[in-house]
Amino acid sequence: MTKRVVVTGLGVVSPNGIGIPSFLHAIKNGISGIKFMPRYEELNFSCRLAGMPDFEWEKLINYISEVTFHGLKGTNIAYGLTAALDAWADSGMDYETDEPRWETGCVFGNSIADTEAMKNVIIRVDNKEAKKLGSRVVEQAMNSGVTSYISGRLGLGNKVITNSAACATGSQAILMGYEYIKHGYAKRMLTGSTEHVDTYVYGAFDSMRVLSRKFNEHPEQASRPMSLTAGGFVPGSGAGALVLEELDFALARNAKIYAEVLGGSSNSGGQRQGGTMTAANSTGVIRCIREALASSGVNAGQIDLISGHLTATNADSKEIQNWSDALKRSGNDFPLINSLKSMIGHCLSAAGSIESVAAVLQIAQQFVHPNINLEDPDPEITNRISVNCLPVDMIKKEINIVAKANFGFGDVNSCLILSKYN
Amino acid sequence: MTRTEILNELKKVFAPYTTNKELLSKINDDTDLIRDLKINSANLVDIIIDAENKYNIEIDFDAADKMINVGSCIDVIREKLEQKNVEYR
Repeated sequence: MTKRVVVTGLGVVSPNGIGIPSFLHAIKNGISGIKFMPRYEELNFSCRLAGMPDFEWEKLINYISEVTFHGLKGTNIAYGLTAALDAWADSGMDYETDEPRWETGCVFGNSIADTEAMKNVIIRVDNKEAKKLGSRVVEQAMNSGVTSYISGRLGLGNKVITNSAACATGSQAILMGYEYIKHGYAKRMLTGSTEHVDTYVYGAFDSMRVLSRKFNEHPEQASRPMSLTAGGFVPGSGAGALVLEELDFALARNAKIYAEVLGGSSNSGGQRQGGTMTAANSTGVIRCIREALASSGVNAGQIDLISGHLTATNADSKEIQNWSDALKRSGNDFPLINSLKSMIGHCLSAAGSIESVAAVLQIAQQFVHPNINLEDPDPEITNRISVNCLPVDMIKKEINIVAKANFGFGDVNSCLILSKYN
Repeated sequence: MTRTEILNELKKVFAPYTTNKELLSKINDDTDLIRDLKINSANLVDIIIDAENKYNIEIDFDAADKMINVGSCIDVIREKLEQKNVEYR
């Protein structure tokens, strides 16, 4: 007997808002979180913009002990911890516990440790001063640093996993948490992902010539998914977190329910049939979307809204084509589709979780957030789907079912089907 | 440096690693770092590194093993400070 899984808590550290009230206001009003980064100009990067959260480091002391705070350097961990603990509090639960919470686990995604923080480690070791590194480096260098901090703070005693699947990480984490509850292994899973694009990771993307470079003077216009003048993505940082619970378990404690996770799929195109390290195999993408629908018991015709991956690269039109082929819907029959990246850039490992938080909020509050910077939709896209499917203003509308997908380097795909809780 | 001077300085070294500030203000030679101050054993190396930097001394592995309570920490630091003064002469 499989279980129903609902979302009972949300937390977010987004370039355009930290905390749910601020984030909700931003996505309803199309507020951009893209900023000019003077440091990137000094470093001779071609793109000098980033979606960077207005994160106040000192506020971490409200979440963790002074001892833990002292020596915490990993920005990725700080973002993830903040989003996860906010989601936990939002679901109406206390942080403190003496006994481990055996019924609750965690799947939280991460890409790499904060290289800027690790630079200090490299310098010391090269100076033959390894002895001076202290006890706090390993726990922050390890990829599971973020889940270790989260699960330790909350005493989570079920499965604790750090997943990593490039840009598909966030939606994959939520899917893994969902599956674990659905099959009865846990009652509750804290899921999400985090990303801090430090200058070294940023520089490597810059060198690939995949970043936006024509809008350095106009940061808020630089992230332009589906636009004819899109010229690459803007890297973003942040974290998103969702508390998932078995329905009966949530009802028993009178938890508020934002939405239901109906199902999903995660696969790979195998880097075959046109799929490569950096490009998606369309057959894999289409299979992933169709498997997600099948696992949810939902027909393609029931999708009201697609929260796309849509990064503002030349892959956008291909993505639209894949959605259209997977759903067998086009023209005016195509669902509404939006890309949060137009406001916050591409938050890489955190993209899927921040965008899923946005998707859940759109279901809970029955609206569709705008695509900003879409005055000039790419004709390759509007040849396939109606321009009416591309909202540029917030729409108030009945939203029952949302498909949320992300596609990552390594030709990996993840798709979630989220629904209004009935 | 007298034992009292070192003790007062040590309170500052311990401060980031214990949440029990009240007990910290009352520590004496017998206060155990892990049992009484509830310092995480992994953080003992950080305390040693901070003490090395503060007093500009080097605390070797054997000396570090002795730093279990406040009294033994003071003993080790005094000993290392004296060695340093001898070397300077």
